[in-house]
Amino acid sequence: MKEALSLVQRLSAHPDSRCWFVSWNPTGTLFASCGGDKAIRIWGREGDSWICKSVLHQHQRTVRKVAWSPCGNYLASASFDATTCIWKKKNDDFESLTVLEGHENEVKCVAWAPSGNLLATCSRDKSVWVWEVDEEDEYECVTVVNSHTQDVKHVVWHPTQELLASASYDNNICIYKDEDDDWECRATLQGHTSTVWSLSFDGTGQRLASCSDDRTVKIWKEYPNESGEGDLLWKCVCTLSGYHGRTVYDVAWCPLTGALATACGDDAVRVFKEDESANPDQLVFSLAAQVTKAHSQDVNCVAWNPQEPGLLASCSDNGEIALWRIQEDST
Amino acid sequence: MSGGTRLENANPVIFQRSGERLLTASEEDEDVHDPIDDREIFDLIRSINDPEHPLSLEELNVVEQVRVKVNDAESTVSVEFTPTIPHCSMATLIGLSIKVKLLRSLPDRFKIDVCITPGTHTSEVAVNKQLADKERVAAALENSSLLEVVNQCLSTRSI
Repeated sequence: MKEALSLVQRLSAHPDSRCWFVSWNPTGTLFASCGGDKAIRIWGREGDSWICKSVLHQHQRTVRKVAWSPCGNYLASASFDATTCIWKKKNDDFESLTVLEGHENEVKCVAWAPSGNLLATCSRDKSVWVWEVDEEDEYECVTVVNSHTQDVKHVVWHPTQELLASASYDNNICIYKDEDDDWECRATLQGHTSTVWSLSFDGTGQRLASCSDDRTVKIWKEYPNESGEGDLLWKCVCTLSGYHGRTVYDVAWCPLTGALATACGDDAVRVFKEDESANPDQLVFSLAAQVTKAHSQDVNCVAWNPQEPGLLASCSDNGEIALWRIQEDST
Repeated sequence: MSGGTRLENANPVIFQRSGERLLTASEEDEDVHDPIDDREIFDLIRSINDPEHPLSLEELNVVEQVRVKVNDAESTVSVEFTPTIPHCSMATLIGLSIKVKLLRSLPDRFKIDVCITPGTHTSEVAVNKQLADKERVAAALENSSLLEVVNQCLSTRSI
């Protein structure tokens, strides 16, 4: 391994509970965390260390994921209480703006489109909802898509296009596009043999990484559809197997460095680097760095700072957040 | 459960309970570190109440010590349980009760896997997948009525 992850700071973020997710704001100056204690915490840098700036309470049950709007002024939170809450930044604090209702049960994920005008949510009720946001901060559901046969675990937008991807307990990934104001599933990516927990596009959006309960990470690439019509064509161009000892809960592709980080149920954080000289249709990734006991329990999420190359946040079932910096290994 | 008092398996075979654990000299010695062993895990789960019968999981042979595997050094525990009939609708609840009991009793470092003894249930794959999904387990345990049923299975009955 050519590089090493060094610990920057460890934070007891959601004590006596589980920290499910962390998300950086677009400028990389703040991050939000959420967990089984029903709370959302906002963290900012003070001097050399990261401290909790505010605690947001609104949800009645676990807060599963949080997402920042591309402008950084709004935060969305998805909860097991079947609602999605939208928060607006006001000076240094956040106020609850609106609560989106409609899902039948646990909302598992929320994500903003790059334009900031669309929001996607997904749930155990097997559906993906796309919401439109207008200038008066009004949210309206424009489409409900039922392309999965089981819980939908994750939704993520393409970094530049209005293209949406979802991952499910049914082992599949779906890719959606807007067709005359109606969102339709245009490709189903099959290959994982168990639940797909998370997804991440690379910086250009040409490739998508997925991670699964089958202990593998797969990389998918879009190909032009020669027929020129109909479905989009995405093929698996790489499978990372043999590295992860248990379920891989999250994968994050750094838009600045191209490094791929994973969060695993075996307590480890790993970083993979792409071999640039490989055939673009058969990618090769190698393990660049790993911390085998990054946390004392399952690692649930990894998130790269969007502005500071190599700064990585991870969080765990033990309620902690850790911040890491990837460096050339001097040994 | 199918309507009212009708039991899915009205006359289950009842097995004898195992005796108390025999303590060895080194186990009694406070200065010796005792790793967590299979019997200790089995002792945690054998007295769990069956959701349908006034009997323990051990008495119904749903759990057996030979189907408990613990590796203290690697912090892993795996338990296989055997539903009394292959279409038992209580299988997920029984599995969840075993999992919750172990989550509550063992140090946090342990990875706990609970699954159905291979070939003993018609929905084996689906039940195993649900029990392995910690997000579903976490959501289920936030459901107060389900949590109450689990707690009933875990409540101590004088045996």
